[in-house]
Amino acid sequence: MLVAVALALAMQTTLDRIVVGGTAAVDLVLVAVVCIALTMGPVAGMLAGSVAGLLQDALSSGVIGVGGLAKTVAGFLVGAIGQQFIVTAAVPRLVMFVAATAVHAVCFMGLYQLLGARIFASPLAAVATQSLGNAVMGMVAFSVMEGLPGVLERRRVTRRPR
Amino acid sequence: MALLDIRQRIGWLFTAVVLAQLVLISAQVTTRTGVPMLEVVVFGAVAEMQRLATSVIVGSRDAWQTYLSLQQVRAENERLRAQMGDLQIQLQRERALAQESRTLQALLDLREQTPLATIPAVVIAGGASPDFRTLTIDKGTGQGVESDMAVVAPAGVVGRVITPTGRAAKVQLLIDRNAAVAGLVERTRAQGLVVGTGGDRLRMEYVPGTADIRVGDQVVTSGIDGIYPKGFLIGQIESVQRGAGDYTNVVVRPAVELSALEAVLVVSPAHGARGEGQE
Repeated sequence: MLVAVALALAMQTTLDRIVVGGTAAVDLVLVAVVCIALTMGPVAGMLAGSVAGLLQDALSSGVIGVGGLAKTVAGFLVGAIGQQFIVTAAVPRLVMFVAATAVHAVCFMGLYQLLGARIFASPLAAVATQSLGNAVMGMVAFSVMEGLPGVLERRRVTRRPR
Repeated sequence: MALLDIRQRIGWLFTAVVLAQLVLISAQVTTRTGVPMLEVVVFGAVAEMQRLATSVIVGSRDAWQTYLSLQQVRAENERLRAQMGDLQIQLQRERALAQESRTLQALLDLREQTPLATIPAVVIAGGASPDFRTLTIDKGTGQGVESDMAVVAPAGVVGRVITPTGRAAKVQLLIDRNAAVAGLVERTRAQGLVVGTGGDRLRMEYVPGTADIRVGDQVVTSGIDGIYPKGFLIGQIESVQRGAGDYTNVVVRPAVELSALEAVLVVSPAHGARGEGQE
């Protein structure tokens, strides 16, 4: 879990330049949190969201805790829904990524707006773009996670000397 | 095992994590006044607790003081009740004295106005039998009271003395069935005989059918009966019933409230001179 979060953070720092409406087009940390929540449940999702969000906040110049809170809520909700419903198919997963991005954006932007610490120029466009980006990256991540063990096994089998 | 417990209490865990992050946010954010939000929130919460504690303490103190005050109020209430009782009794005495004073003043006025010799007397008892309308006064033969002396009050004629004793006398009221007094209508001088009915009204008899009398006319003593001096008010005509006969039935309401008499004057037969027994 921590490895996934660290990996996502590292990748996010490289994709940070892609910005739409003042917000990154893809939030790979959120994608990682949603993946963890869907595979491991609400507690893991919540803790992953909390740790990842706090780290993200600490690395950014914002208020520490806002991103952590938003990702905590998103991770918890996704994990809770994933426990109640079957979300292994592509479309439900896509919906979960979109919904998680929306929830995260509402919490994140809402808190900043409430604190009066930051103004978001065009939040709807930014959220819509990020939702799409997160959903695509999430589907890719799930494909990699589910396909990687089979590929590795096949390679191991083919390399074994006869 | 602990992890299992945590997993079973997801809601609490979620709340704790969210609260922790809110505290973290509050520690960094300052309000418009420049005070850190965490300080504001903590101070606000502590202040509310202090307010609650203070209100509990103040409430308890007030309740205790109220209880003590109630105890004092109770004692004071009893003392005031007793005082009020005494004052009420005193007030009644004062009222009785004032009423008596007014009655005596009225009698005195009457005595001053009338040229007749009179003996003031106090009513000491009412009638012993409902069939005979009498009362007892505190003056008797020892004070010059004799039989057939007229008894008057400031409002009008009361009756006559029928049984004098040494220190008291029985007075027959005008409303007694056996009482009668010669009267005349003050306005028209129409004469008649006013007799008692045993009730609270008088009847004027032998009034000619042609006499000019009206309801509201005042009836006074004519003086021809030799007992009641002339000109004392007997009562007021309450109804006039002209029948087919020679006389008119006239009902008279007595001028004196006979059931509330306290003091009277006994008129001496020596008209024009003050009686020797007068006080």
